[in-house]
Amino acid sequence: MSQSSRLTPYLYVAPLVVLLAFVFGYPLVRIFEFSFKLVRGINGPWIGWRNYELILGQDLFWESVRHNLFLLLAVPVMVGWSLLVSVMLYERVRGWKLYRVVLFAPYILAIPIIAVVMKKMFQFSGPVNEVLRWLGLDFLALDWIGSSDVALWTVMLLIIWRESALGIILFLARLLSIDEALVEAAHLDGASWWQRVRFVFLPQMKLVIEFYVVVSVITMLSSVFAYIYMMGGGRGGPGTSTMVLELYIFSALTKTSLPGIASAVSVLLFLVSLLLIVPLFAVRRQANEEGVAS
Amino acid sequence: MKPDQALKHAVLLFATFLALVPTIFMIMTSLKGQDEYTFNKVGLPQAVVFDHYETILFGSPFFAWMGNSIILAVGAVLLSTVVSCLGAYAIARMQFRGRGLLFSVSTSLMAVPPVVMIVPLFVLYTQLELISTFRGTIVIYAGLITPFAVYLLTTFFRTLPREIFEAARMDGASDFFILRRIVVPLSLPALLTLVVVNALYVWNDLLIAIIFLQDDSKRTLMAGISVFQGRYENQIPLTMAAMVIASAPMVILYIAFQKYFIRGLMAGAVK
Repeated sequence: MSQSSRLTPYLYVAPLVVLLAFVFGYPLVRIFEFSFKLVRGINGPWIGWRNYELILGQDLFWESVRHNLFLLLAVPVMVGWSLLVSVMLYERVRGWKLYRVVLFAPYILAIPIIAVVMKKMFQFSGPVNEVLRWLGLDFLALDWIGSSDVALWTVMLLIIWRESALGIILFLARLLSIDEALVEAAHLDGASWWQRVRFVFLPQMKLVIEFYVVVSVITMLSSVFAYIYMMGGGRGGPGTSTMVLELYIFSALTKTSLPGIASAVSVLLFLVSLLLIVPLFAVRRQANEEGVAS
Repeated sequence: MKPDQALKHAVLLFATFLALVPTIFMIMTSLKGQDEYTFNKVGLPQAVVFDHYETILFGSPFFAWMGNSIILAVGAVLLSTVVSCLGAYAIARMQFRGRGLLFSVSTSLMAVPPVVMIVPLFVLYTQLELISTFRGTIVIYAGLITPFAVYLLTTFFRTLPREIFEAARMDGASDFFILRRIVVPLSLPALLTLVVVNALYVWNDLLIAIIFLQDDSKRTLMAGISVFQGRYENQIPLTMAAMVIASAPMVILYIAFQKYFIRGLMAGAVK
């Protein structure tokens, strides 16, 4: 091989390496550095663990953590609902393709748009409460957006509504790839609907369910910013009732101008995401081998 | 068998109803007058008015915001796709040291939440005066979508038959020629899937947009919506007309390219 051809591969990957180093590498190094500094503007003096001590001793930080963890409650609901709908769809009722297009639509709509619509629907004097009162369910006509006891539940409802669409599509794709002979055999053996689900579908769907659970856990812990920002008026409101870690970082950076504090929280969030990478890639690889995830 | 079938339909119709109800509410409300909405929140509009659409289309910056979003989406997707094609081609088809490492690092970055990167980039951009510039923000978006692009393209390039490359090389074709004239045309379905997912990501993003594009004239559609909703808090029919217009481009594209949307978003589930 000549000198130039040995260099060729490096020329091809150079732009990639530069781009990734700039957008991921540089920030990931800097958040560790900033998290030990009292940053004012662009830099500042070294202060050891003070930023971490400060956030770990702060109620707002722990409240944000609790809210992120609380959102994990949405995951089992999303899995259950997606399973139910996808199994129903699989039984090839007429027009399942049309159903699929409609049921995936929530995932296409941008979060800010749908959040604005939901906020109006769930206003105290809005259509949802009007219908609930009409149905005689007055006790359910809550102040969905304005009450700090209920607001996070409402956000969770919106998240479930939108993210379930992905579950339905992933599960349906897996179901459609199951060997039909298996399902047929179960039929011939006189298996009831529930037995088919329990002993044929669920074992076959184990991997794709795991994949969806891991992806959803990552979403709840680190990708709910748009939902929270729109529903909570940009502040995690009412009060601090919908504050989450992402918004905490955002506010520390842009509102109170404390990049050091924001970096310390970023570091913690990054370490959590590192922990989740391992199961993610395990399930992703397995799911890929089954041809469901890509 | 009969009640079983009925139950199935009931579940599916309920799911369909849930999936559509916000869209139906949005469209119906957008056609009501401001006064009508105060007493008729649930029903069909009694007198259809198109005034709100007129106000939004001719008296608001929605088109300017969409234009900004288009600039960012096109710029970021273009940059990322070119960089990823080159990189993925080398990873899939060439031998070099650090190949495996580069691929696994790049793939792992898919799971790092974007919010982790914003603090240092914001500080750096303030210093370099790149806040509220399209070029600065395009680079960030391009970077964020690239790990997925590299992952998807590398796995796809690996599935292309070996013989094609050997034959082309026998004819004396250079690597760049093979990539441009053979690999890219053969990978069009994968590329289209990629463009759909990544453009949708940039178009729908709020976090990067509100931090890095603070200038009024540079606002994206999503950032614009967040400002808009606060300003017109009580004009609900007007707000809904704005939301119909804001969702129109993606809904139209979705209906036209369902296959690529569904396939792409499943593949990109990590985001």
